[in-house]
Amino acid sequence: MDDLILEMKGIIKEFSGVRALNEVSFAVKKGEIHALCGENGAGKSTLMKILSGVYPHGSYQGDIVFNQEKMMIKNIADAEKAGIAIIHQELALFKELPVYENIFIGNEISSHGRIHIPAMLSKTQELLREMRLDVNPYTLVKQLGTGQQQLVEIAKALAKNATLLILDEPTASLSEGEVEILMDILGRLKVKGVTCIYISHKLDEVLRLADTVTVIRDGRSIGSKLTRTLTKDEIVEMMVGREITDLYPKEVHITEQEVFTVKNYTVYDVSDPSRKLVDNANFSLKRGEILGFAGLVGAGRTELVSSIYGFYDGKCHGEVYLEGNLLSIHHPNDSLQQGIAMLPEDRKRHGIIEIMSVRENMTLATIEKYRLAMDRIDDCQELSDANDYMARLKIKAPGLDTCIKNLSGGNQQKVVLAKYLLRKLKVLILDEPTRGIDVGAKYEIYNLMNRLAADGIGIIMISSDLPEVLGMSDRILVMNEGQIKGEFLNHKNLDQEQIMHCAVGGATA
Amino acid sequence: MTTELKKEAVGMGSEKKISLASMFHFDVKTYTMILALVSIWVIFTMTTNGDFLTSRNLSNLFRQMSITGILSIGMVFIIIAGHIDLSVGSLMGLLGGITAVLNVWLKVDGILAIGITLVLGLLIGIFNGWLIAYKKIPAFIVTLGGMLVFRGILVGMTKGTTVASLDPSIRFVGNAYLVDGVGILLGLIAVAVLVYKALSGRKLHSQYGLAIPPMSVEIAKIAFAAVVIGLLIIILNSYQGFPVPVLILAIMAVTFSYVLTKTVFGRRVYAIGGNAEAAKLSGINVTKMTLSIFAINGLLVAIAGVLLCSRLNAASVAAGQNAEMDAIAACVIGGASLMGGVGSVGGAIVGALVMASLDNGMSMLNIETFWQFIVKGSILVLAVWVDIATKNKR
Repeated sequence: MDDLILEMKGIIKEFSGVRALNEVSFAVKKGEIHALCGENGAGKSTLMKILSGVYPHGSYQGDIVFNQEKMMIKNIADAEKAGIAIIHQELALFKELPVYENIFIGNEISSHGRIHIPAMLSKTQELLREMRLDVNPYTLVKQLGTGQQQLVEIAKALAKNATLLILDEPTASLSEGEVEILMDILGRLKVKGVTCIYISHKLDEVLRLADTVTVIRDGRSIGSKLTRTLTKDEIVEMMVGREITDLYPKEVHITEQEVFTVKNYTVYDVSDPSRKLVDNANFSLKRGEILGFAGLVGAGRTELVSSIYGFYDGKCHGEVYLEGNLLSIHHPNDSLQQGIAMLPEDRKRHGIIEIMSVRENMTLATIEKYRLAMDRIDDCQELSDANDYMARLKIKAPGLDTCIKNLSGGNQQKVVLAKYLLRKLKVLILDEPTRGIDVGAKYEIYNLMNRLAADGIGIIMISSDLPEVLGMSDRILVMNEGQIKGEFLNHKNLDQEQIMHCAVGGATA
Repeated sequence: MTTELKKEAVGMGSEKKISLASMFHFDVKTYTMILALVSIWVIFTMTTNGDFLTSRNLSNLFRQMSITGILSIGMVFIIIAGHIDLSVGSLMGLLGGITAVLNVWLKVDGILAIGITLVLGLLIGIFNGWLIAYKKIPAFIVTLGGMLVFRGILVGMTKGTTVASLDPSIRFVGNAYLVDGVGILLGLIAVAVLVYKALSGRKLHSQYGLAIPPMSVEIAKIAFAAVVIGLLIIILNSYQGFPVPVLILAIMAVTFSYVLTKTVFGRRVYAIGGNAEAAKLSGINVTKMTLSIFAINGLLVAIAGVLLCSRLNAASVAAGQNAEMDAIAACVIGGASLMGGVGSVGGAIVGALVMASLDNGMSMLNIETFWQFIVKGSILVLAVWVDIATKNKR
């Protein structure tokens, strides 16, 4: 047993009477990559917050033994001193500061209160070399891609001599290529003896990378197993407590009727109007079709759909036809009036209004429908519709007047969907609809997509999750560097490699 | 007109009752605010040997607060939308000055002068809003500039003198009292509206399985409100009657509270302050909304400006100085968040009453002006501190 670096025993954590963790036990061996899986709200994050000192000792019951020593972690600084560093899903970098300052923030090398910049620079260079990150230490973080920022975060943790690294959904916003780099680096850190706890919903990565998997469900530990003895379905079964035979419940509802056509669409960068982010895109969508958009992050998919939707500040031109009629869209409201809706990629930033209630969020895009005399809102009709859609989309919330930030990610996403479904839609654009959402909620969203397609709505789905694109689309368009490089009809023989090959710029198959 | 979606299991939530504790929680901010106001009044009553609570003084107090109150209504819209307006003090002074100059120097009829002032206020509000919403200049900068520009225009226009002796028609709005019957009638209407709102709200909530407080609590709340309204009317009537500026404040408060809580427009104000980008993606025209909010504010500042010069029966170069700070403080004491998305007209009015009470009480005690600044500033910081401390405990 002495090769354990970390043992958490009988952890109980309550939030105002509700047990988030119920006697959870969790043990990690020295030098391994240990995956922690579970649905959203299962308690993974709570457990990691206890470990990293966000919830101080005394606010929970149970013991933490780290390096054979019983720990009483009172704050994040304590945890970092012990060598435990956490990298959150939302990166905590200072975008306006250079890389080297970010790496040493709160941990500056100094003598007599004076910051020693050369020492910090040389240490940064050393760390960047180790990360195989070819950037200048003076580069501002905002100029780096998401993947590179993630690596800076890891470098920051290593600068604090972390021996236990906790990564919370590190690949949620990375493209496939960046995921490869990250995997490679985690592999090398392992050789160096750094232990890693890896939280992820992407089970393929877990299977590839992790030595051990621990599953948490409803605040209890379900079990720890060696990864090589497990299959994906078995992990899913442990996570949801029931067997999901098919992760992607695809139904085909495609018709022959074209509903939406985009011609010669070009989008320019906001800050550099000579740079094309989308170059002459052409595509069409049929009623009842689910059209998948694959590609690496930065391929221009989000820019394409958000500028079509009227939510883009830069220059763009091209023609958009709905049922054969040329549209002129300058604002999201123009799209909504025509029956086009877009579920944004970044739920927290663009999807929900955190301080408003479930009901207010849900009816935001349809509020005009409830307008009575003197601009008054028809409370009765509004409540009735909100109540209706809460039931239809199986939104789990204590009530319609609950603040939306108290809901889990999956339920928040359903509220955002409901907001647009309350309108009569013809085209629905989904930008990363299941990012950061647990398996159960994902499955419900896929079923919902099927039902919408069955009603004749054309659906455009952008996703960086290739199995999802393959699992749910009727047809797949692949974008690379602003251009639509390939088109694939979905069939049994299509595999991820073909799409990936195209997405990284290879010739069309 | 909704997207068709076949219903699967529809389980309507059974009627939920709310616990007494959570009900108290919900209103904790309101209670602390009222508690703070009551303690300020108690302190002043004791230190002035009861003079503070005389009907004459209270009538004065309400008249004094009406100007800050009206400014804080406009300000609360702006703060909820996530902006700020530093120019309202100077603008109020300028608009009051314009009324006076029109009436005294140019011999324009009183009513017409007021009308021109209101239109000008609206136009200036629109101009500010245009710079902020369409030209994307931060509100802080636009209104900081406005604060200096408007004050400068006022000084230049009046040539640094005091423009005095207005028409009776203008003096009426800031100084007159209404006969007793009017006050009583207004009080009765207010109570009737409260009862109707409570009953219709309960019916709606029970229909959709939302939490309803017990009937006894509802009755207690209405009874309390009725007593407060009754006392207010009795006090005002026992002096000289219901003051016209207080009536104007009450009308503005009711109107804009309705706009904020009951209308599509109001819902959108909260939405753009809560998350402007999400609001835009939901089809809300954020630029147009921002412009409208500043337009409303301009109009309210004009009303306050007319009241100010009417009450002083003059326009002076210093009129309205620091009034923007009182208005912002009133909103914040009343629970508005400078981050946007949170706030209420009722809170802003109570906040304005707190600020006015401090002014009034300290003046009665002949406390020197420098102390008044120190006390008001400290109360503002204290109020926000208490708010944050109670929020963290939840």
